[in-house]
Amino acid sequence: MKVQNNKAWLMVLPMLLLVAISAIIPLMTVVNYSVQDTFGNNEFFWVGTEWFQEILASERFHNALQRTLLFSALILAIEIPLGIAIALAMPRRGISVSFCLVLMALPLLIPWNVVGTIWQVFGRVDIGLLGHGLASLGIDYNYTQNTLDAWVTLIVMDVWHWTSLVVLLCYSGLVSIPEVYYQAARIDGASRWAIFRFIQLPKIKRVLLIAVLLRFMDSFMIYTEPFVVTGGGPGNSTTFLSIDLVQMAVGQFDLGPAAAMSLIYFLIILLLSWVFYTVMTSLDNDAAAEQGRH
Amino acid sequence: MASIHLKNLGHRYPAAGAESDNPYALNPLNQVWEDGGAYALLGPSGCGKTTLLNIISGLLRPSEGRVLFDGEDVTDLSTERRNIAQVFQFPVVYDTLTVAENLAFPLRNRGIDNTTIQTRVADTLAMLGLEARANERARSLNADDKQKISLGRGLVRTDVRAILFDEPLTVIDPHLKWQLRTELKKIHERYGHTMIYVTHDQTEALTFADKVVVMNAGSILQVGTPKELFDRPRHTFVGTFIGSPGMNVLSCTFDGTAAIVDGVRIVLNEATLAAAQAQGLASTSATLEVGIRPESLRVIVADASTVDDTHCVNVEVLGVEDLGRHSLVRLRLGEQLLCALHPEGAAIPEAAALRLDPACTLLYADALLVEANDVPLLP
Repeated sequence: MKVQNNKAWLMVLPMLLLVAISAIIPLMTVVNYSVQDTFGNNEFFWVGTEWFQEILASERFHNALQRTLLFSALILAIEIPLGIAIALAMPRRGISVSFCLVLMALPLLIPWNVVGTIWQVFGRVDIGLLGHGLASLGIDYNYTQNTLDAWVTLIVMDVWHWTSLVVLLCYSGLVSIPEVYYQAARIDGASRWAIFRFIQLPKIKRVLLIAVLLRFMDSFMIYTEPFVVTGGGPGNSTTFLSIDLVQMAVGQFDLGPAAAMSLIYFLIILLLSWVFYTVMTSLDNDAAAEQGRH
Repeated sequence: MASIHLKNLGHRYPAAGAESDNPYALNPLNQVWEDGGAYALLGPSGCGKTTLLNIISGLLRPSEGRVLFDGEDVTDLSTERRNIAQVFQFPVVYDTLTVAENLAFPLRNRGIDNTTIQTRVADTLAMLGLEARANERARSLNADDKQKISLGRGLVRTDVRAILFDEPLTVIDPHLKWQLRTELKKIHERYGHTMIYVTHDQTEALTFADKVVVMNAGSILQVGTPKELFDRPRHTFVGTFIGSPGMNVLSCTFDGTAAIVDGVRIVLNEATLAAAQAQGLASTSATLEVGIRPESLRVIVADASTVDDTHCVNVEVLGVEDLGRHSLVRLRLGEQLLCALHPEGAAIPEAAALRLDPACTLLYADALLVEANDVPLLP
């Protein structure tokens, strides 16, 4: 095909500019830092992949990565089933619907650092309702000194803050199932479990995928709440990748390693999200391929 | 299979309060559905057909009255325990299961052993012509195959007591509707299930059913064969709803010997006349109407002979519409409008008269057919 003129490029230009300013240029800055070293005075030296090798080999990075993965896994394992269960138990009609929806939406409206502050105070042994209450029951609870207590506090806090999101997404999927499916299930004599397994779960699968992706990405990137509540401690026990990264970049001013770590962090999230997406849509793709054959 | 007996059955939805004139979605009624019958439940949208169907299947509990299957009271039994199959307006399939698994689903839920399930599923697949697609996911099928699966989940249970259809062909392509309906009829002839088929389409009702039950505004107006409904509608609604175009209904008075429509005498047949006289309709306050099918009217040239003929009345021609094999002639008799069917191509006279057949002229008092109780139905 003969090219008539190149005016079409002008149409794409605003979009390219926007993407460049918002994503590509900042990202390239990070890439730029990640392959250089500096001793100040704006003098940079090319170091190649040295920072990447250093980060990938460092025990500090491995530990932070393992903590973050464990945290995300626990969050998904708790929030997804709990969210589905609450959504199933929520009323479908009547005035109680709006009441439940408002109640569910409330935690989502609270800013991250406020949530952190609430739980930081709530859990304190000296003045917090939770901490003091547990202490007066004779339970030895102290999130600033005990690793397990710190983890439990962070996980309960995140479940309290974000399960609502899973609930609301699942609920929207559940209410969109036509009544006739439930009627057919009654005709077919389906049990409560069979109704969930063969009607409700397949119908909410798409919103569930969104819920899993959002909760995974959010929990994997969690920063503010653990920073406010535990500050990464006790010791390094709640130092997740994000906290570690900020310590390296801002605390120690190691721009090169921090840039390399940012890129690795970004690629891990991208990779894992892709894995989730692929696995959860594989059934759909099978069906689509089947349909395509006819 | 079972006969279904509805005893003083009525239903009102809790939300319908006292502010409406008639709180009933379904007025109290008595009705028997015979074992092995193919019934159509015909009526306009919102007349209570689906409510009645859901009460029979047990999806809805009636607010009063009882439902009996073969004399056994099942009003308080769940849908599952009643052993009813129901096919809905929109096909319901279990997306993640294959076609064969969909058919096995109701059997598995009832704890039937695997070998029985396999034979029955294979039989049903053959009956529906879906053998080739048994192992495909149900969601990949088109709407009519999905609807076949919905039906199949009923047929696979050999002991179902009735199969209920709630406008099952709504989403099916027109050219496939005929085919599916024929298959339904075949299945009925072969297995003799009691079938109740809800529809608002009279063609579907009349071609499917041995007996048609016509409903309007929460009441059953008439139960009869398609021919009975066409020839002797017991209610003016049945007359106007069935037939295309529907029956002409003209308000009239009765002078003791004939019906008078805007001063024009309409001769009645002997049986109708006797019944009208017996009921004292000459001095009644009831609203009287004559009902005449457009098919029984003949448009002829008005001349001296028609003036003297008591079976002929002069009319004014308002317009003609081409319906293909027939023309629809719009006419005015006195101040009232009516229509007649006229053979395609035949000339419509300028000065027209109508020839009426008294045997086909029906009289209605307060919308109900005037007839002697012992008058046999016309052949």
